[in-house]
Amino acid sequence: MGMTKTIFSGFGGQGVLMMGYVLATSGMYEDKHVTYLPSYGAEVRGGTANCTITVSDEPIASPVASFPDFAVLMNTPSLMRFEGRIKPGGTIFLNSDMVELRPKRPDIQVVAIPVNSIADRLGNARGANMVMIGALVQKTGLVSLKSVIKSAKSIFEKKGSKVHRMNTLAIKEGAAFVDGELQA
Amino acid sequence: MTKQLMRGSHVIAEAATRAGCRFYAGYPITPQNEVPEYMSQRFAKLEDATFIQAESELAAINMVMGASMAGVRAMTSSSSPGISLKQEGISYMAGMELPAVVVNTMRGGPGLGNIAPTQQDYFQATRGGGHGGYRTIVVAPCSGQELVTLTIKAFDLADTYRMTVVLLGDGLMGQMMEPVTFPDPIDPATLPKKDWVLDGARDRDSRLIASLILDPVKMEQFNWKLARKYAAICERETQYESYLLDDAVLAVVAFGTAARIAKGAVNRVRKAGVKAGLFRPITLWPFPGKELRALTRTIKHMLVFEMNFGQMVEDVKISVGEQAAVHFHGRPGGIISTPHEIADAITKVMYRME
Repeated sequence: MGMTKTIFSGFGGQGVLMMGYVLATSGMYEDKHVTYLPSYGAEVRGGTANCTITVSDEPIASPVASFPDFAVLMNTPSLMRFEGRIKPGGTIFLNSDMVELRPKRPDIQVVAIPVNSIADRLGNARGANMVMIGALVQKTGLVSLKSVIKSAKSIFEKKGSKVHRMNTLAIKEGAAFVDGELQA
Repeated sequence: MTKQLMRGSHVIAEAATRAGCRFYAGYPITPQNEVPEYMSQRFAKLEDATFIQAESELAAINMVMGASMAGVRAMTSSSSPGISLKQEGISYMAGMELPAVVVNTMRGGPGLGNIAPTQQDYFQATRGGGHGGYRTIVVAPCSGQELVTLTIKAFDLADTYRMTVVLLGDGLMGQMMEPVTFPDPIDPATLPKKDWVLDGARDRDSRLIASLILDPVKMEQFNWKLARKYAAICERETQYESYLLDDAVLAVVAFGTAARIAKGAVNRVRKAGVKAGLFRPITLWPFPGKELRALTRTIKHMLVFEMNFGQMVEDVKISVGEQAAVHFHGRPGGIISTPHEIADAITKVMYRME
């Protein structure tokens, strides 16, 4: 699908950088060109974190996204910061548990997912980011769900089989939520 | 070897270890703290390696000096303000012909500046940096995989020519993750023996390594020796990449991160039928000036793009002389241009041509 750029943004601790890492690793498993660029400045110390992932069939010139195709926004400040930058026709994936506002732009799609509620229901409160990444790839086809599950395995297996199992479940639930939305 | 997704600073550290580096000393500074971070863990697992978080940049470079005298492959890393502090040590190492690898992950300046990616230390790196008119070889990577190859090459060049090699990257190179593969590690025991190191004078004559040469005649002789060495390096060691230059009427000249962005811009304008290409110096010193000059047989316009307000552009002008018009586009201070912005700059030059 050519070159796509995705921004992940939220508070530190919401697993924002991990989402980006999982997506980039998944792209690598599919032999795509990928770059992962984290924010590393004073903003990191200030509590918000973001990263930009480029997944591409061609070599990637700039890892920076001036106009990202997709934005995964985990909190309200992130929405305020990035809404204006999304490419027309792009999609925002919104953590609807944490963000009450809704984007005002008519030229972008919004997928609102209560990732914290879903993760809580699964007994994996820290897995909200994995619910989100499952939803993201299921909706966009950036990479396959299979690749995401594979990269989550490579990352989480060393943290114990329970962590790995719970996160795999969270990814699948995120994907299933999007599927349900599509049918509804 | 399988691909790994790794941060640039970690890639440098792993590649250095695989190149046989067994001594690292450094002092923290953003955006390269991940180099010492990785080194501390990596060296902890090796019997024959030493990691030191020094009390200052000055201490770190002087520790590298000592390790190098003892014959070990040694490295330090820092970012712009820290590299300024290391210049005294680098000059002394030039005066003693000691090999070392110095990584500069450039950030915005002058002064303490900021931590955003720039290329504002081109002059400092390519003109030696400290006092005494010496040179350092400077290599400029533009991708994760090139961080691997150039880090390893830096150690080989340092030993071959007994001098400092600067790996000149920036905050973006240091922080970005890309898939990379590594070659098998080199066993330091298999590296060529150094016949000049200070390793104890039992059963041999003693050796002296010093940069103090009071006799002007001897000092002149030593300087001419350096000059001959530098001339040989200019003959042998230039490295560059040509991209879509065969039918080009305009060459963008850029290095490191800027070259990567410029390549995106070239691809962009090519789609619109504009015959632009990219010339990317990989060694900044020695600068591939002869190769650039050769291009002027067919290319009469060069657009230099740097993340500063004009440094390499001087080397480009020296190289091409009157044979081509040299244009410049720069963004200092930590702004990362978009391929779109550079494509605009190319288009503007094209309109002015004819």
